[in-house]
Amino acid sequence: MDQLQRKLRDYEAAMFQQGFLDDQFSQLQKLQDDSSPDFVIEVMTMFFDDSEKLLNNISRALEQIPVNFKQIDAYVHQQKGSSASVGAARVKNICATFRSFCEAQNRDG
Amino acid sequence: MAAAGEIFRSNLTELLEESHSGDNELHVLAVDDSLVDRKVIERLLKISSCKVTVVESARRALQFLGLDGDGENSDIGFDGVKVNLIMTDYSMPGMTGYELLKKIKQESSVFREIPVVIMSSENVLTRIDRCLEEGAEDFLLKPVKLSDVRRLKEFIMRGEVKDGEKNSLKRRRSSDDCSPSLSTTFSPMRHLCDPPSSLFSPLSPSTLSSKKSRL
Repeated sequence: MDQLQRKLRDYEAAMFQQGFLDDQFSQLQKLQDDSSPDFVIEVMTMFFDDSEKLLNNISRALEQIPVNFKQIDAYVHQQKGSSASVGAARVKNICATFRSFCEAQNRDG
Repeated sequence: MAAAGEIFRSNLTELLEESHSGDNELHVLAVDDSLVDRKVIERLLKISSCKVTVVESARRALQFLGLDGDGENSDIGFDGVKVNLIMTDYSMPGMTGYELLKKIKQESSVFREIPVVIMSSENVLTRIDRCLEEGAEDFLLKPVKLSDVRRLKEFIMRGEVKDGEKNSLKRRRSSDDCSPSLSTTFSPMRHLCDPPSSLFSPLSPSTLSSKKSRL
């Protein structure tokens, strides 16, 4: 059990180190306590569900002809917002890049 | 007439004292279209010992406040849904946070005096300026942190206490005049959560610049 916990801690540390997670994730952890013991899991679950929906929307939008970049940009903006709120730094940064492609109307990007 | 004024005045003072001893929990109305952000802000506020109501749109917020134009908003009918602070996301579909801010500040009643804070993930100076000019109390960059909420809470609570004192003085003075308007605004029978009043003087240049420097 201790081993598992240690592994989890190492994994978490690696996520921070590699830039997958940022300080906002630590903020979320601070919000978890006895009165709200599953807070982080609940938020992350919401985040994953939300992201899935957004990604589906984005894929569908990319298949339309002509591509509605403005709509996609709006979806990506939402994705960026929620990833920032949970500390998903990598996702957030990818969104920023994505949005510049939208601006340039670069479908292949 | 003078006797009635006396009784009224003493009732009011009692009520004010009561309300200050118990109720120092802030009631915050949070508005955000993002499910994730709603969850986070709700937790941030709860852990900071605030009473929270979260809604998903500006329309719902106005509904909650009773300002949606469907219901009536008479002074006596003020239902006691007392909100000490409104925190709203800027970019929302339908009515934006900015539009919500404007609507609230256009109210000619206690509602325009509720401090409104705008939250946004985008650091756009013109947007920030516009919000502050329209009367926003503060502009928070997302993601919102615990320290942001704590700072906000302290600021608001300081305003409430200071103004509570200012107001009890004001009321004592005006009830001496036996002004009829006072008796319609407050019912001595009803428990007042907090004396509705203006919390802040118009933004002074120094506070504006300190807000900007924080960004």
